[in-house]
Amino acid sequence: MHKFGGTALVILACVAIWQSLYVYVGDSALASPLQTVEKLSELLRNDDFWIHVSETGRAFVWAFAIAVLGGVSLGMALGLGRLAGNVAEPILVTLYSIPKVVLYPLILLCFGLGISAKVAFGVMHGLIPIALFSMNAIRQMKPVYRRTSQVLRLTSLQTALTVIVPAILPEITSGVRLGLSLTLLGVLIGEMFASQRGLGFLLTSAINLGQIDTIMAIALLLTVFAIACNTLMMMFERHLTHRQSR
Amino acid sequence: MIAVRSEAVLRFGIVALLVAAVEMLCRLHIIPVDVMIAPSQMAAELIKILVSGEYSADIISSIANVLISTALSVTLGFVAGLIIYSAPSLRAALEPLLASYYAVPTFIFYPVFISLFGVGSGAIVAIAVLLAIVSMITATLNGLDRIPRVLRKTGRIYRMSRIKMAVMIELPSAAPSLFTGVKLSVAYSFIGVIASEFILSGSGIGYAIAYAYNNFENRHMYALMLLIILLVTGVNALLNGIDRRLQSQRHR
Repeated sequence: MHKFGGTALVILACVAIWQSLYVYVGDSALASPLQTVEKLSELLRNDDFWIHVSETGRAFVWAFAIAVLGGVSLGMALGLGRLAGNVAEPILVTLYSIPKVVLYPLILLCFGLGISAKVAFGVMHGLIPIALFSMNAIRQMKPVYRRTSQVLRLTSLQTALTVIVPAILPEITSGVRLGLSLTLLGVLIGEMFASQRGLGFLLTSAINLGQIDTIMAIALLLTVFAIACNTLMMMFERHLTHRQSR
Repeated sequence: MIAVRSEAVLRFGIVALLVAAVEMLCRLHIIPVDVMIAPSQMAAELIKILVSGEYSADIISSIANVLISTALSVTLGFVAGLIIYSAPSLRAALEPLLASYYAVPTFIFYPVFISLFGVGSGAIVAIAVLLAIVSMITATLNGLDRIPRVLRKTGRIYRMSRIKMAVMIELPSAAPSLFTGVKLSVAYSFIGVIASEFILSGSGIGYAIAYAYNNFENRHMYALMLLIILLVTGVNALLNGIDRRLQSQRHR
């Protein structure tokens, strides 16, 4: 309980800094914490706002599902083949550190304006960390697991589903945790640059209209959502690690 | 060592093969010219714009912003890491927040920074630093945590002063971890700077790409994309080389 008290204090301090910054720079540049919360509750009661939320949500769910499935399968393939993994890892790390946003025009040209471009862009961001985490997890897995599955003559699909996935689930979860936020970021950036609907589009139009309270309300909503997802997954991760160490 | 080299050759071969495949698809017009130009044309175009100096100002401003935000996030992150390390109760309070930090899509605060700093380098550097600094803080904490206790004890036996201990024992011992932080800071600074320029700015490589896209100047757009990929790959390879040397020093 003491630990959470400290964290709450830090959050309170952040809100205080926000408030004093607001007092310092004034209305035109920043919205106060109270104004932001008020604006957010006003937006949440607005039906149009929910159309944008569901648009972003739909693209995000698709992108996230593809990123998890693709990332875990790619990571498993690369983790099981030592040579393939060694060859591919630096390529993946480099791809990870490229500012992918500059490739967005290419995505738009391939997929057209619409939800598929956003989904593709989200997948591009989220897939690589999930693949890297799964790959490293398999490499550090105890060799006895794979030998046992060989002794039991499991098919490769059975090995993957009943031995490998359960063994590396904690690492997959941390990869997915990182992948989730990056996928969300990818979808949002996609919407900010070329889209007619979604939260990213709302952000861009608010920038152009200079509606600072809308910008901050959306930022607050996304921050709370991202942190909530992250905390849930961290709890799940801790639960898994506990189970394994027993 | 031989295995590592043959893997590198294989990697190079695979990348070359992929590029050749794209080249062929473009040359055979299976990928239409208005979607993508051939890699060789991108390279030729890149050399042309580098020689003509058309985008030199943008390139220089982007690189300068990356350097500034790397320097800022490495120094500030290191100092913040030291402070947090020396105050355990502060650390316990901050740790859950640090763990969720990268879950927040930092770019959504870019508009806020624009209204604080105006459209210009200030907002761009701020967003890049915000993105990069936490990886440096985490790396600093990791490095300090992993200093073997025996090293500090040895220092005490030699009656080293606090400063001497920091310079001769703690810094060298934490160096590999700290360097990982530097590497990540560089990568995040690149991402932060280029992406901010791309979304909303009036200068820089990111802006030039967005501008070329909006004006259907495909050739310039692809040349600049190639430039970014080459730049990031080059910097990455360099930093990885240094990293490997540091890590092997530790294992000796």
